[in-house]
Amino acid sequence: MSITIENINKNFGAYKALDNINLEVNSGELIALLGPSGCGKTSLLRIIGGLELADSGKLLFHGEDVEARNARERNVGFVFQHYALFRHMTVFENVAFGLRVKPRKERHNEAEIQRRVHELLNLVQLDWLSDRYPAQLSGGQRQRIALARALAVEPKILLLDEPFGALDAQVRKELRRWLRRLHDELHITSIFVTHDQEEALEVADRVVVMNKGKIEQVGTPDEVYAKPATPFVYQFIGNVNLFHSREHAAWTERHGDAVAYVRPHDIDISAVKQDETALPVEVKLVRAIGSIVRVEVSAFGSSEFIEIELSRERFDAAPLANGDKAYIRPRQFRVFDTGEKNELSAA
Amino acid sequence: MARSAASSTRVFTRFRAHSVLPGFNLAMGFTLLYLSLIVLVPLSALFFKTANLGWGGFFAVLGNDRVLASLRVTFLTSLAAAVINAFFGLIVAWVLVRYRFPGKRIIDALVDLPFALPTAVAGITLATLYAPHGWIGQYFAAQGIKIAYTPLGIVVALTFIGLPFVVRTVQPVLEDVEAGVEEAAASLGAGRWDVFRRVIFPAIYPALLTGFSLAFARAIGEYGSVIFIAGNMPYISEISPLLIVSKLEQYDYAGATAIAVIMLLISFALLFSINALQWWTSRRGVR
Repeated sequence: MSITIENINKNFGAYKALDNINLEVNSGELIALLGPSGCGKTSLLRIIGGLELADSGKLLFHGEDVEARNARERNVGFVFQHYALFRHMTVFENVAFGLRVKPRKERHNEAEIQRRVHELLNLVQLDWLSDRYPAQLSGGQRQRIALARALAVEPKILLLDEPFGALDAQVRKELRRWLRRLHDELHITSIFVTHDQEEALEVADRVVVMNKGKIEQVGTPDEVYAKPATPFVYQFIGNVNLFHSREHAAWTERHGDAVAYVRPHDIDISAVKQDETALPVEVKLVRAIGSIVRVEVSAFGSSEFIEIELSRERFDAAPLANGDKAYIRPRQFRVFDTGEKNELSAA
Repeated sequence: MARSAASSTRVFTRFRAHSVLPGFNLAMGFTLLYLSLIVLVPLSALFFKTANLGWGGFFAVLGNDRVLASLRVTFLTSLAAAVINAFFGLIVAWVLVRYRFPGKRIIDALVDLPFALPTAVAGITLATLYAPHGWIGQYFAAQGIKIAYTPLGIVVALTFIGLPFVVRTVQPVLEDVEAGVEEAAASLGAGRWDVFRRVIFPAIYPALLTGFSLAFARAIGEYGSVIFIAGNMPYISEISPLLIVSKLEQYDYAGATAIAVIMLLISFALLFSINALQWWTSRRGVR
């Protein structure tokens, strides 16, 4: 089921949580809402799920306005960051909840409920825990049960609010791969909220980057990383170096106030001057981290560090040491006028 | 002598689970001494005094119509007040936890007033208000309903003094029920009634039962506020604690303690069965 969001606004008092949001989610897509905390991503998710109301704007499911429908009538599965399982019910009863509260004439008989719940518990690979209580499960298990519970009512849309936010790194990684596989099996239109860029890039079909109640960019994981639309996206996804054109970025061939954004792995460093515009620097720190070597340099007369990432091969071909003089030249960069820069902090 | 001391130590160590907290012997000893001084000794004195009557005398007190009537009044009005408190106390707790409104803190503080107010003051105030010519009583009197000086008045007084018990036991548990759980239930298609019945109520039910039994127990022993509003008519609105006091005034100590023992046994049986119910439902898991 596709979702159309048109001009949605939401204020909390004087605070603008959502500022004229427009978004189209295709049927069967897995979308990530990515942004720093307080950017409005959770508010948007809750509005789609009917847990909150927008101040203005339109929300359509498959072309149909759902504004007037409340959460229980939207047929949306919702997974919460802190699981929100029913503590006094067993795992089985948690998953069965949505089936048991159906109106009498739509309700399945007990045998059918049993069959469906066990099918779902098998899907999340936790059928062996059906008699336990939520308190007896680990965080990762609880979240899988929460997902099974949400899927029990056969929702047309699945919404996940920082589903892995409360889990430790190892379990997170495992669960997000599992979520991706599950989505490939079920093809439910899904939106998940995260502030973890790695998670968004790894799992989602498309990523929606949000900041301060606005959408900064919508694109595939590759697009938002390789072709960031705004300075914010540049900084939020991946690492980036900022060069002020007048002082340190002759290669931009811009003489006004502009800032060039360059990824650490898009910078060449060499002991010989590559061309006229190359920037002379001093090597401050060389650190080998796994398969890459990170070199921190700074331009003469500047205290700001520039971060460069080299493959180990490339570094070994022309090794550098602390205190060496060298020249840097970006292979790829993007220039934004300083007018656009107002929302940024230093890289 | 030495052997028995050694064996008693062994008995103690058998009950003593391994714990990092020190001072089990001291704490356990203190607990037993304290309970003996404050609870067990006075209570056993009650039974010893009553024993002076012999079985015949005891059953004579128990069989007395006036005593039976007073027990009926005491337990029925207490039960009614506890049920009313369980219901409305839950609503008060709900409002205090779930909504934000001006003056919330004042209302929150007001709930505790029945704890602090001398019960006699409460009784006199309520009697004045609910008397046939009182501020509230006059409207009921116009309908032909008499509140003060009837069992109804006793229920009013007992409801007043029992309210904080339910509110204060339910409130923290209700605060602990996260809003996310209700939202989850709603997104799964549950209506408001289903959310309450299947999600919220099972979570707060044990606390509500505790609050109910506290209010109930408190009401059974209440004396000060009731005697002013009850009218104290024998067979109709005379409570057992009053009967005990009047027997004391006639120097019939054994008779007074006999009634006390009966009340004690009934109360204990009731509270025990409430606890058993709680234990049973929590083991079974409420659906």
